[in-house]
Amino acid sequence: MSQQTNPLGKQQEYYRKRYLRNLPTAFCTGCGNGSILGSFVRAVDALIVEKKLRKRDILCVSGIGCSAWIPSPYFKGDTLHTTHGRAIAFATGAKIMNPKLNVVVFTGDGDGAAIGGNHLIHAARRNIPMTVFLVNNMIYGMTGGQSAPTTPLHVRSTTYQRHPEPPFDLCRLALGAGASYVARWTTFHVDDIIASMKEALLHPGFAFVEIISQCPTYAARFFNEYKDALTPKEQEQFQRSPGAWMLKALKGKRTGKELDHPRYELTLKDRTIELGVFIREERITLTETLQALWK
Amino acid sequence: MTRTEIRLGGLGGQGIIKSAVIIGEAATIHDGKQAVQTASYGPESRGSACKAEVIISDQPIDYPLVLTPQIMVALSNDAFHKYKEDLREGGIVIIDSDLVKAGKIKAGVQVYHVPAAAAAHQVLKNPLVTNVVMLGAFTAITKAVTPGAMRKAIANAFPKYKELNLRAFDEGMQLGQEAMEQSTRKK
Amino acid sequence: MRPGVYFVDGGIACAEGALYAGCRFFAGYPITPATSIVEWMAERLPQEQGYYVQMEDEIASMAAIIGASWAGGKAMTATSGPGFSLMQENLGYAYLTETPLVVVDAQRSGPSTGQATMPGQQDVMQARYGTHGDIAPIAFAPWSVQEMFDFTVHAFNYSEQFRTPVLVMADGEVSYMREPLQIPKQGALPITNRRSLTSKHPRTGEIFLRYEMPKFGDGHDLLVTGSAHRPTGVRDYSPRYHRATIHWLFEKQKEAGKALHQEGLDVESRHLDHAEAVIVSFGAAARPSYQAVLAARKTGESIGFVRLKTLWPFPEEQLARLFKDLKRIFVVEMNMGMMVREIERVGCEAQVIGIPKVGGEIHRSSEILQQIRG
Repeated sequence: MSQQTNPLGKQQEYYRKRYLRNLPTAFCTGCGNGSILGSFVRAVDALIVEKKLRKRDILCVSGIGCSAWIPSPYFKGDTLHTTHGRAIAFATGAKIMNPKLNVVVFTGDGDGAAIGGNHLIHAARRNIPMTVFLVNNMIYGMTGGQSAPTTPLHVRSTTYQRHPEPPFDLCRLALGAGASYVARWTTFHVDDIIASMKEALLHPGFAFVEIISQCPTYAARFFNEYKDALTPKEQEQFQRSPGAWMLKALKGKRTGKELDHPRYELTLKDRTIELGVFIREERITLTETLQALWK
Repeated sequence: MTRTEIRLGGLGGQGIIKSAVIIGEAATIHDGKQAVQTASYGPESRGSACKAEVIISDQPIDYPLVLTPQIMVALSNDAFHKYKEDLREGGIVIIDSDLVKAGKIKAGVQVYHVPAAAAAHQVLKNPLVTNVVMLGAFTAITKAVTPGAMRKAIANAFPKYKELNLRAFDEGMQLGQEAMEQSTRKK
Repeated sequence: MRPGVYFVDGGIACAEGALYAGCRFFAGYPITPATSIVEWMAERLPQEQGYYVQMEDEIASMAAIIGASWAGGKAMTATSGPGFSLMQENLGYAYLTETPLVVVDAQRSGPSTGQATMPGQQDVMQARYGTHGDIAPIAFAPWSVQEMFDFTVHAFNYSEQFRTPVLVMADGEVSYMREPLQIPKQGALPITNRRSLTSKHPRTGEIFLRYEMPKFGDGHDLLVTGSAHRPTGVRDYSPRYHRATIHWLFEKQKEAGKALHQEGLDVESRHLDHAEAVIVSFGAAARPSYQAVLAARKTGESIGFVRLKTLWPFPEEQLARLFKDLKRIFVVEMNMGMMVREIERVGCEAQVIGIPKVGGEIHRSSEILQQIRG
């Protein structure tokens, strides 16, 4: 498609030149990661233009999994691509050593909620100023469709015929652990993601943004389980674009208010996920309390 | 060989390890000798059996642990009975006369009874300084460290309660002298 | 602490050594017998405008010091066997990404919880082969409180000079015993600081940055990854890049080995003239070993003493030279026989006899003498 026929061409070129490395994408066609990266550079650009952020202060830290590749190697800035599950712990060290850094962690549901769950809750409790974007596609994508702690009950994965466990509601986890900014969106809600990313990047504390994303390769298969409950039209949509259908089927509901217990239902009967910003609160941060020890 | 092996035994919380550190610091920093101090204790911080050891020597100390002490200080019955067999012939045992009931001891070992806990309680009005009273007695009886070095080490160890602890030490020195006189009289 | 003589434990000596070397970040998790290092750092770092953070586990501690190092600080953690095991994956990350940092392992008797408070030397091979993949570590083995200080300073210097993690393989004995410690004046011991970039474009070119260490926040657009990568940092699994990286890590270790030898930090030998036999040991086990050597020499036995100050890189050339013409080599260590295998490799014609001991106690010199004479 030439730039003339693509009205977004110029805009895309702008972001690409400023914020992205010129490398071929490793994401599957239809993956949500592209939208998330696009949203991130737009949020960053807006803050830079508003003079609220310097690009050199941004440090993107990621772990292992598809989500980890969103910033590394694509984001043209400082990036630290670490071991599986440990991104938040690496980020903690960098942030404390140099509090000027604006530290952003990209993690996935396997990376951030299974192997790295402990670091997530402790970072939230410490209220260390950093932003965690947790991309939840409800499956292990990179390793090939295995069950994750976020996989809905009774769907099929490559490790379970019928996944035998209920899924984790990660926003409630973050809220319970003490995160001072918590939001949830799906990749369908790009404008909301950008707005939340901007807020989170400037939030003086631990910010957690869960982004429900589609895995068009593996997670889309879940919804085979729901097929019987679908209308013929929905079935057709599903065949055509499983990723897009998945997002729609989740029935994201914008709440518009702060909530302690946002709904997160992923059963055959009820697939409702409440979306929005659930908390934004200013609290004393770890960097402040640590420096207070200097006296 | 100039190696002097010292073992202090008691219960956690009695200041056994602190006492050993004070002896080690006095011997090295203030008396200019070599010393190594080690300790072992149970998983409880207070109330369990506790043992601390110091080796003082004019030469570099290679093996850092005490196997056959010449000197033992005991502040509990258990410690006394557990460790008394390790003592060398010609060794010295200093026990608190109220806290420890001395039983049989091997021939050639001299036992000194020092009412350290009683003195801490009645004279100094603070049972916490029992160990420092004992350090005074230890210094007077064994002469393993000089009183001046011990006073400096004690002052350094308790900056907030320097006066009290130095008084406790002096009281202990006095009690140590008395214990020695008593034992010569018995002989 | 100000320059002077102090009667302190090895843990405090280690922590003071780190501060002397310029350490300003410590992330840790409490574990005996490394606790005194952790507690002393917690107390002292804020006084030096540094940061102590108690992490949720040893995995996070290791991760945090890597992050801090890339953010520009000299960073350290300290642990014991179980924690050292947990650190292995991220330690491998630090080797691959050439991150300068120091890890102290106050070894205790394992495996598993083992004899939690009692000393051992059973992690020496974990230091060498603990993480997956090929690594080329530098590991010191202090035998006294003074060396806990000195070797920690050296560890920081080597980590900065060669852009690599450096291990201080202490043990429960040297970490908890108290001895006089001489803290030198600032400047009395050389301190190696980080080499900043000489080029504005560190990401270009076909070679890795030789010992220069950029940091985050300087606008270099750094790509740091534990995946195999090109010199630019871009992930690339092609054989040539992986091969180049691993060979480079080993080349660095070789250079470090040479520097250690020049500084006399590889091995120490005593009474080797005309000796027919030698006792080789390291760490706390070397103390009764030396006592045994002195006792044996008093009765006319011609026996010498060799102590490994550095375990890795294994000082093989130096040892092979020292072992020439010897008839018997005794290796005293607090494990079932680990370094003895390395000694066998370089033991020339001599008979190599291990004197292992487990159980959480250091050898007695009488036990060593019995084995030698047996």
